[in-house]
Amino acid sequence: MSLWSRIVNVFHGDRLNREIEEELESHLAEAVAQGRDPQEARRALGRAVQQQQQSHDVKVVGWVDALRADLIFGWRQLRRNKVTSVAAILSLALPIGACTSVFRLIDALLLRPLPVAHPEQLYVLSRQGTGFDNKPGEWDSWAYPDFQLMRAAAKDQAELIALSYADRADVTYKTTAETEKATLQYVSGSMFSTFAIQPALGRLFTDKDDREVGAAPYVVLSYDYWTRRFGRDSHVLRRSVNIGGAAYQVIGVSEKKFTGTEPGTVIDLFVPVMMHRFALRSDATWLRTLAIVPPDVAVEPLRAKLAAVDHAFESDRLRGETGLAPETLRNVLDNRLRMEPAPAGVSGTQKEYRHALVAIGVLVMMVLLIACANVANLMTAQAAARGREMALRVSLGAGRRRLVQMVLMESALLAFPAAAGGAVFAWWSAPFVVSMINPPDNPVRLILPADWKVLGFGLALTLVVVLLFGLLPALRASSVRPSVILKGGDDPHSRQRLMNAMIAVQVAFCFLVLFIAGLFVATFHRLSNQPTGFSTDRILLLETTARPAQSSVSWDQVAQQLRSVPGVERVSQAGWALLNGFGWNDAIAVNSGPLTVNLAYFLNVSPGWLETMKIPLLSGRDFLENDTYPEAAIVNQTFARTFLNDENPVGRSFEKTADDGKRERLVVVGVARDADYSSIRDPMLPVVFVPFHHRDQGAPVDEGTFIVRTSSPNPLALASTLRREVSRARSPFYVSTVRTQLELKQAQTIRERLLATLAFFFGAVALLLAGVGLYGVLNYSVQQREREIGIRLALGAQLSHVIRQVAVGISLAVIVGAFAGLVLGLASQRFVQSLLYQVNATDVGVVALPWLMILVVLSIAAIPAILRAIQVDPVTMLRAD
Amino acid sequence: MAKPDSLQGSLDLLVLKILSRRPGLHGYAIMAAVGELSGDVLRAEEGSLYPALHRMEEAGWIRAEWIRKDTGRRARIYELTAAGRKQLAAEEARWHTATSAVNRILRTV
Repeated sequence: MSLWSRIVNVFHGDRLNREIEEELESHLAEAVAQGRDPQEARRALGRAVQQQQQSHDVKVVGWVDALRADLIFGWRQLRRNKVTSVAAILSLALPIGACTSVFRLIDALLLRPLPVAHPEQLYVLSRQGTGFDNKPGEWDSWAYPDFQLMRAAAKDQAELIALSYADRADVTYKTTAETEKATLQYVSGSMFSTFAIQPALGRLFTDKDDREVGAAPYVVLSYDYWTRRFGRDSHVLRRSVNIGGAAYQVIGVSEKKFTGTEPGTVIDLFVPVMMHRFALRSDATWLRTLAIVPPDVAVEPLRAKLAAVDHAFESDRLRGETGLAPETLRNVLDNRLRMEPAPAGVSGTQKEYRHALVAIGVLVMMVLLIACANVANLMTAQAAARGREMALRVSLGAGRRRLVQMVLMESALLAFPAAAGGAVFAWWSAPFVVSMINPPDNPVRLILPADWKVLGFGLALTLVVVLLFGLLPALRASSVRPSVILKGGDDPHSRQRLMNAMIAVQVAFCFLVLFIAGLFVATFHRLSNQPTGFSTDRILLLETTARPAQSSVSWDQVAQQLRSVPGVERVSQAGWALLNGFGWNDAIAVNSGPLTVNLAYFLNVSPGWLETMKIPLLSGRDFLENDTYPEAAIVNQTFARTFLNDENPVGRSFEKTADDGKRERLVVVGVARDADYSSIRDPMLPVVFVPFHHRDQGAPVDEGTFIVRTSSPNPLALASTLRREVSRARSPFYVSTVRTQLELKQAQTIRERLLATLAFFFGAVALLLAGVGLYGVLNYSVQQREREIGIRLALGAQLSHVIRQVAVGISLAVIVGAFAGLVLGLASQRFVQSLLYQVNATDVGVVALPWLMILVVLSIAAIPAILRAIQVDPVTMLRAD
Repeated sequence: MAKPDSLQGSLDLLVLKILSRRPGLHGYAIMAAVGELSGDVLRAEEGSLYPALHRMEEAGWIRAEWIRKDTGRRARIYELTAAGRKQLAAEEARWHTATSAVNRILRTV
């Protein structure tokens, strides 16, 4: 009999017993048939029962049998306390699911190696130091000519590939003539072969596509896009697609598993880097550089070599630079080249959400611990109620191990349904959280596989949970002394101490969760209620492209046409909308002095734009129709303070350097109140508004934004009308994206909103669990002491005194817990600092509010126990036992 | 599973030997055969025989089969497996070694 058949036998116990019995019966019949006395024969079989047990034990694995018995017994126990069991399972399921969910997100975004050949050999190149804007930072963007030099230098040691930042672009398929959005990434031709990615259809790019600028007008579709957009139609290969005014031919579809190198973004179209319009420009950094370094090549010498090449390139490029201060140039050249391992790929989403996800992970882990403490207390209380049963088992010869196994089995019976519930929760919640990261028009798309890794995590977590809440009660239950218990008295105080310790732990974690949740909520509140300096009310933004580029006069005509649409109040133009992330900065010179190290930020706007955005003019005048660039300028308060000493700015002038190196002179005609430029988080920037019209009236403009204030409170209602109207006004114009100014503002606080929402939710869960936990413990301790309370009352003790007696230990636990929570909170603050905005952990409100909330919830939780203590009737109580 | 002591060891040997000569015996017949072949000197107790049979079955030395006898009653009969044959050889060798060693001691002392 194999081990397997013995295990199988465990579950065929009855049949097995019957078989053995039948065999013995048959033996008996045989003996009688042979002439033996039936009585004597039966006596010879005498130890039949025991024998049967021995035979049975041989046929089954003993411990599996015991396990099965425990399972059945545990199940009956749980069913007896249905409500508490369900409550325990649910209170465990939520945090287990949340932990698994966060693990899925962290794994998918940060840990999972890219599905390429040798992801462990991937490194990303970046520069760290001081930027052109004189601020410290780290940048992983490179110019293509610089990349080419580095690739050549590393040739024998490592493969370098260039990948543009994934970008939403307008594409048009010939057959539909409708413009649509697609996520585009320019990639080195060698990328596919280096990553060992196979085509699912057609062919992929090769090294040849890297040789000549503009010579490879091809695109490769991702499998996902091929499926979504074309329903896996193989005729897609003949299609032609228009991207940015040029025609490209679809040559293939990439392998299914490969969705790009940016976790959080799924690429639709791959285009060869040589087709990028900045492929030859030394001054435009628009691509990431990934290095594939074989294991036998040392990284540091390679890094030093690449750093030298890059330094030479940059000094060469900046030698003729006249638009920046010498100090800025020195700083930039001092930047250090870094090579960091990037097996999971590189993306902005990773950078933005790494800390946030870890913070949420720690929060949900603490909620899980609170839940574990709750269930541990529950089990301890139950173990107390079952003290006599345990004592009886010990008296009958049950071993300590056997009892531990029995209680642990009950714990597992709670944990596994909870884990199953948690799995359902994780299955639903991880995509839900991803869907909350939804910047307008470009929501995060994260591939969330549910594989053995996630499953393994869930199982391991469940086992840890079983040990966390089951082990202590199990050990305690197994150490019963029958002589004490069966006499009718157990020392409830040691149990009480354990439960009080659990309460302290719960309160500490609960405080910590609430404290950090408070920091996140306050951050979100501050950021979203902070004045931006302009109005987002009823503002619709039409991001418009003209192909071919049109004169600013034509742009004016389109604006004029839009003004005649019913429901439109005002229309203005700007280079781009505030807060959409774009920026144009330059060093300036005041009074013909040296160029400034701090940069000024520019935006070209039409007359009336300030009025549309409701940015008040503090002095001077708005632009007039005949104001042009570069002549007139309106500056904001910060600019006036930073560069013009705040003295009568109107009428003063400053200079900036044009692209051709000549200085342009701008005269201040007005001063506007400060308003956020590209971020609501940054300190106020010195901003210069310049006219939308160029001095050269014919100078073509290819991109701009119409800023429309509508009369209806929902500006998006006009979106499709205005989109049509723009193209109808003049055919080269089309609207690429329609957004509201409010969306752009809210997009800046997506992470904060996510953190605040999740932290608030889990804070509430933690509070609820802690409340339930305290209620349970108080209720139990009153129940345990009813006799004692009865005696005290009978002897004339004051009721308040009795209550104090019960409450003092628990109050102490709460105070110790809250204090520990505060210490933990203050210590953890620096880990979440990067996620906070103008919120200080030592603020009275941030510290006091969790205290207050815990106090209120615990007071409510204590009321039933106190009521119970009051209602103890000494007479009934003393008669009871 | 209990470790076979010396007595059980010889019981195993006897059962294996008997089954190698007469395959297809049931428990009672094995017990009777032990008595008969030893001239009623040895006796296999029911209490030891059945656990031994089940243990050997589990070890894969013998296999069991339910048959229906003429009386209509079902009986469980046993026969040797290949592994059982090997085990029998080993046990026999061990027995001879042990008994001859004991005999040597009895002779010399």
